[in-house]
Amino acid sequence: MKKQFWGLAATAVLAAMVAVPASAHRQWMLPSSTVLSGDDVWVTVDAAVSNDLFYFEHQPLRLDAVKAWAPDGSEAPIENKATGRYRSTFDVHLTQKGTWKIASAVDGVMGSYDLGGKTERLPRGTTTANLAERIPAGATNVRTAESNNRNEIFVTVGEPTDTLFKPTGKGIELVPVTHPNDLFAGETITFQFLLDGKPTADLPITVIPGGIRYRDQLGQIDTRTGVDGKVELTLPEAGMYWLNVTTPQVEGEGEGPPPADAPPRRRASYVTTLEVLAP
Amino acid sequence: MQAPIRTLAIGTSIGAALAVPVLAAAPATMDVTVNIPRLKVAEYHKPYVAFWVEKAGAKPKTVAVWYDHDMKANEGTKWLRDVRQWWRVSGRTLTFPANGITGATRAPGTHRISFSRAQLGATAPGEYVLVIEASREVGGRELLRIPFSWPARAGAGGKAAGKTELGAVSVSFR
Repeated sequence: MKKQFWGLAATAVLAAMVAVPASAHRQWMLPSSTVLSGDDVWVTVDAAVSNDLFYFEHQPLRLDAVKAWAPDGSEAPIENKATGRYRSTFDVHLTQKGTWKIASAVDGVMGSYDLGGKTERLPRGTTTANLAERIPAGATNVRTAESNNRNEIFVTVGEPTDTLFKPTGKGIELVPVTHPNDLFAGETITFQFLLDGKPTADLPITVIPGGIRYRDQLGQIDTRTGVDGKVELTLPEAGMYWLNVTTPQVEGEGEGPPPADAPPRRRASYVTTLEVLAP
Repeated sequence: MQAPIRTLAIGTSIGAALAVPVLAAAPATMDVTVNIPRLKVAEYHKPYVAFWVEKAGAKPKTVAVWYDHDMKANEGTKWLRDVRQWWRVSGRTLTFPANGITGATRAPGTHRISFSRAQLGATAPGEYVLVIEASREVGGRELLRIPFSWPARAGAGGKAAGKTELGAVSVSFR
């Protein structure tokens, strides 16, 4: 009975691993506004996984892991949550002045072990907390690697603050040199990216302007972090942009399922939505 | 014909004599005249207008902001961010209603607003710019800049003309 469960789980994981790199699906959260004024302020957010930006046409983003933080660091409720066929939506009541963070950070462990002469993969949903119980007794040659996927957006009421940018040291994180809620077309934007708390060079960055459906070219900007994990961007047009940073892929990765005995690789990804205003 | 000319000449010289002490006192007030154009649109809202002063190396100073300051629960502040350059350089650091600078929105027409040198923050001599930005709900946005020097000379001034949300704007000193 137990063996059958593990077998099914492993199949599901393999299917998931094949599906992810092969598709161009992008996950995103789109706030109704990033720069706000007033005393009783709300923001509403659409969240989805889709091909085009920012249209909901594939899957809703699950809200289980989405949380909000007020500028003082306290956690704030996600209100009016709903998940439809193509998108999820929720509201956040911005009861404090300053910069708020809305984020979904999913940490997992990928890996494999040998049992009864066969190599098995760790099931989806394995974390550092439940790793021990997911490795059956008698398993040998246990190989694991952590994965951290962070999808976060920022919204500011009044003056931008940077209290929520203290790195946790886990996965890829953004350190603003230019505040993400103070972006204007034609101005140089500088961000720094950390991997596991350390500034990391050569992290691939993709920036795509929203509104893909109504233009011929994707308009994708591909770059990498430089010295100190820093990157400079100049975006010519105002609008919403999707930014993605991932740990680099090795050659051939994503072209079919990895062999069962391939060692698990450290993976981390970062997604944010940036609003660039007209000067 | 002679007499009136002589009278005129005398009048002029008296006028000039009287003007001397007036000229000696440096202008203390800036008058700003702003035309808000009447627009033929289906849904018209009076624009939010912000006035601020910039000087190289100094923090921009808001001198006036016209908005819906009398709505219940301060709701009119919701759209202040749409005056977006002002919001960035100065507005977002203020609390509203802001003392001494808050004003009601104005209807289309020509309006005059005056500032003392202290209100302008032009305490140090130098080159300044008065910036006027208007943003209208369900409408557009426009920004005009008028450079001026302080201390100002009598008769000095400047003007600019908008194309959409602002009409003629001028600055003079007295």
